[in-house]
Amino acid sequence: MTAEPKLRLDRVSKHFGIRGSDDRFTAIEDISIDVADGEFLVLVGPSGCGKSTLLDLLGGLTTPSSGRILLDGEPITGPGLDRGIVFQQYALLPWRTAQHNIEFGLEAKGLPKRQRREIADHYLELVGLQGFGDRYPHELSGGMKQRVAIARSLAFDPEVLLMDEPFAALDAQTRESLQDELLRIWRTTGKTILFITHGIDEAVYLGQRVAVLTSRPGRVKTVVDIDIDRTSADVRSDARFREFRHHIWSQLQDEVARAQHQELEVAAPAQKETAHV
Amino acid sequence: MSSVELLAPPVAARGQVPRTAQAASRRPGALARGGRAVRATAWRVLKPSLAIGLFLLLWELAPRLGLVDKVFLPPFSVVAGAFGDLAASGELWNHASASLSRALTGFAVAIAIAIPLGVAIAWYRPVAEFVNPILELLRNTAALALLPVFVLVLGIGETSKVALVIYASTFPILLNTISGVRTVDPLLVKSALSLGLTPIRLFQKVILPAAVPTIFTGIRMAAASSILVLIAAEMVGAKAGLGYLITASQYNFQIPKMYAGIIAISLLGLVFNGILILAERRLSRWRVGPI
Repeated sequence: MTAEPKLRLDRVSKHFGIRGSDDRFTAIEDISIDVADGEFLVLVGPSGCGKSTLLDLLGGLTTPSSGRILLDGEPITGPGLDRGIVFQQYALLPWRTAQHNIEFGLEAKGLPKRQRREIADHYLELVGLQGFGDRYPHELSGGMKQRVAIARSLAFDPEVLLMDEPFAALDAQTRESLQDELLRIWRTTGKTILFITHGIDEAVYLGQRVAVLTSRPGRVKTVVDIDIDRTSADVRSDARFREFRHHIWSQLQDEVARAQHQELEVAAPAQKETAHV
Repeated sequence: MSSVELLAPPVAARGQVPRTAQAASRRPGALARGGRAVRATAWRVLKPSLAIGLFLLLWELAPRLGLVDKVFLPPFSVVAGAFGDLAASGELWNHASASLSRALTGFAVAIAIAIPLGVAIAWYRPVAEFVNPILELLRNTAALALLPVFVLVLGIGETSKVALVIYASTFPILLNTISGVRTVDPLLVKSALSLGLTPIRLFQKVILPAAVPTIFTGIRMAAASSILVLIAAEMVGAKAGLGYLITASQYNFQIPKMYAGIIAISLLGLVFNGILILAERRLSRWRVGPI
């Protein structure tokens, strides 16, 4: 982590106006974090940590209220193919086969058909789906769909891969195998990955560093360097792993409690209103 | 409309058979299940024809056994004979082609108007909110109630009939296009936007394909109602067409001929709907299961 960071969030805040009042809602506040080239950084936070807001900002779909987001030193001004987003709900186009879904971003890039095909084939193979190119998304399992989505985001060769709880909708076994796959793909491609999750195990297992976010507004509470030996067969049962897990768990615990408290506060008046109706 | 839709499932089921059978034969170990598949296929083809067969049998027997007046409801064989005569003389084709050309012209114009208009309305949300009430009002004004108006303004010729078909088919297509475009999964839009797609590309590659199934539902509803209003219009004032054939036969007390005309309309509707189902299936093969 010498040189210039690949992705830099520099004191980024985002406020939203609340309809019918002068108050502002602060989704994220003063987030500063650097992601080095080729790093795997995990953001873990309770609900209400502003992860969707953060993702929209990184994707260039909205702009920060204050602060800057720099990719290779250049501020992000809008959506672009230098960032690839993998969504929790896959976001595959259901009328396109796996192959054509992967080609989607390449079409946006304006590549000729033959080249698109070659690249799609390559990435199908990378995510272990060779032979499934002509399947439609509804013919694939959740895990396979997410593989296609990952292949799609990698295919147009973005600088950074942004992953929004990509494995949250999968069953435990599929999730674990996809985590391993993702680590393998990360090592093969050397991509910079920013991974957002609720899962502590997932965070510790995947991340080189884990940033713990606070609840409402989202701030960076602490950043933990995960220094474990990933070569052992059952990393998750490792003493070091459990140590890190516990450390992040205790960091998160207060935030989770606070988030629940806040949610109850928000829910209570709403319930009163419905009672009138 | 409902009659055409009621008839849809057997057509869909029959169309379904070869596809599933093909898919099954591609998989290994399908041969063992082949016998069962053949029987299942036979039953699926037979089941809808069985009901129709029973219905025709009842039609044949009821007049012959004196359950109904033979004069008002001739046995099916007599009607089928009249149908054969009509077809042989070319008269049936004259009437059918007159109806068909009106229906298809009106239908094509309606599609050409309604889909772009619906997309435009749905695209600009304020516009959609603005025009929606008037669209609802017009849609719920039965097209046939406006028939006298159309005849008054456009005369009794072809124009008024085609215009009525256009009117009746536009609303189902328009409203379905609007809802199809507006209900596209926001995540797909977001994901496409994050790739930096231009609005035109977004529309072409995401919005339109996603809306096709909903639009097609509208097109099928429109097809059914276009035939309905056309026949009614032809009954009121025309010199050719299946609607005219039916009323003219009734006035002249050519009852078997009248029933032959009615059968021709059923068949026309059935074929129309069948073609649309095939087109729909081709365009939305990616959807889960039969529509």
